[in-house]
Amino acid sequence: MQRAVHDRGGWPTDAPIDRSEHELADWELRTDALMGALARRDLMNVDQLRRGIESMPPEDYERASYYERWLFSIETRLAEAGVLAPGELDARLAP
Amino acid sequence: MSYRPGQRVRVEAREHQGHHRTPAYLKGKTGTVERVHAAFRNPETRAYGSDGLPEQPLYLVGFAQRDVWPDYRGRADDRLFVDVFEHWLQEAQ
Amino acid sequence: MSDHEHDHDHPPIADGDEPPAAARVRALEALLVDKGIIAHEDVREGIDWLVSRTPADGARLVARAWVDPAYKERLLADGRAAARELGIDPGPAPVLVAVENTDRVHHMVVCTLCSCYPRGLLGPPPDWYKSLPYRSRAVSDPRGVLAEFGTTLDDDVELRVLDSTADIRYLVIPRRPAGSEGSSEDELAALVTRDAMIGVAQPAAPAAARS
Repeated sequence: MQRAVHDRGGWPTDAPIDRSEHELADWELRTDALMGALARRDLMNVDQLRRGIESMPPEDYERASYYERWLFSIETRLAEAGVLAPGELDARLAP
Repeated sequence: MSYRPGQRVRVEAREHQGHHRTPAYLKGKTGTVERVHAAFRNPETRAYGSDGLPEQPLYLVGFAQRDVWPDYRGRADDRLFVDVFEHWLQEAQ
Repeated sequence: MSDHEHDHDHPPIADGDEPPAAARVRALEALLVDKGIIAHEDVREGIDWLVSRTPADGARLVARAWVDPAYKERLLADGRAAARELGIDPGPAPVLVAVENTDRVHHMVVCTLCSCYPRGLLGPPPDWYKSLPYRSRAVSDPRGVLAEFGTTLDDDVELRVLDSTADIRYLVIPRRPAGSEGSSEDELAALVTRDAMIGVAQPAAPAAARS
């Protein structure tokens, strides 16, 4: 049975479970809260969030941290909704 | 709600392009309905901008671990429980 | 000089330890506020809610269930209602199901597809819960995972793993520790760890039993 990169149940692995923990950074809390804000305004729902995450190229999905995946999905959704124009966020970040 | 607690059900072994919440490891496996949950909006369509209606019945289905994994290491009566939507289930023997 | 409204909590402008995503999300938030899509207050409220959530809330449900059998039945029947009964906000998930460990059955929870977790009662999930190895092995080798967490089960205990794939959130009611008969409800709540409510660990032993 075909499986997508996020579908991990029983995925063969010898990797130990890294039990170290970190307190969520400001930017991570912000990403989480941004999703909530968009959801309350009916611009994005949790199923769209998951779908966007699942659409990441597999190598990117595996390399990205948890909230980096969320941000990818949020940007994907906002572009799809026409809220963000292509390159608009990059232009905002450029020095 | 088509299924009742105690009923044997099989998870459909079909490919599904796009967002869905039935894990690959479960497709084609047979288990027993443990619990009948309420019905919920369909994530497969909500993920693409639909309202997800009509709501789909959701079940907690229990599987013998040794029925899911060929080389399962544990007790014979260990079980795995997964929430599965009705449209992914069929009656089984 | 811009005359847009200020949110008084300014995040740091630059931090060398941060990934590029950090500046990106701050710029995105500012952009969305400028466009009138969201308000700073929306994000602020979300952050406030998230940082207010801790496992102490889940622990209170468990401690009450341990001392009050009728409450335990109500918790098993409807987790959200049982939380509200104690004045605890169960969070946004529409259904919360509490599952009870006994001397014959031990439960463990995972979300193999993403990170579904009862955040309202436990706070944000630990990194390991969201990690690829946990999501992979919790379903296929749960006893191996428990061993990694230093948790062993008695020989005759059935292990039940729950994979949260949909709208239901699961909370494990661990077994009340031996030697806790004289403990107050608050003392009992202090024994209930987050990991015990996920099911990868047992609760702590009461102080007298530890010494």
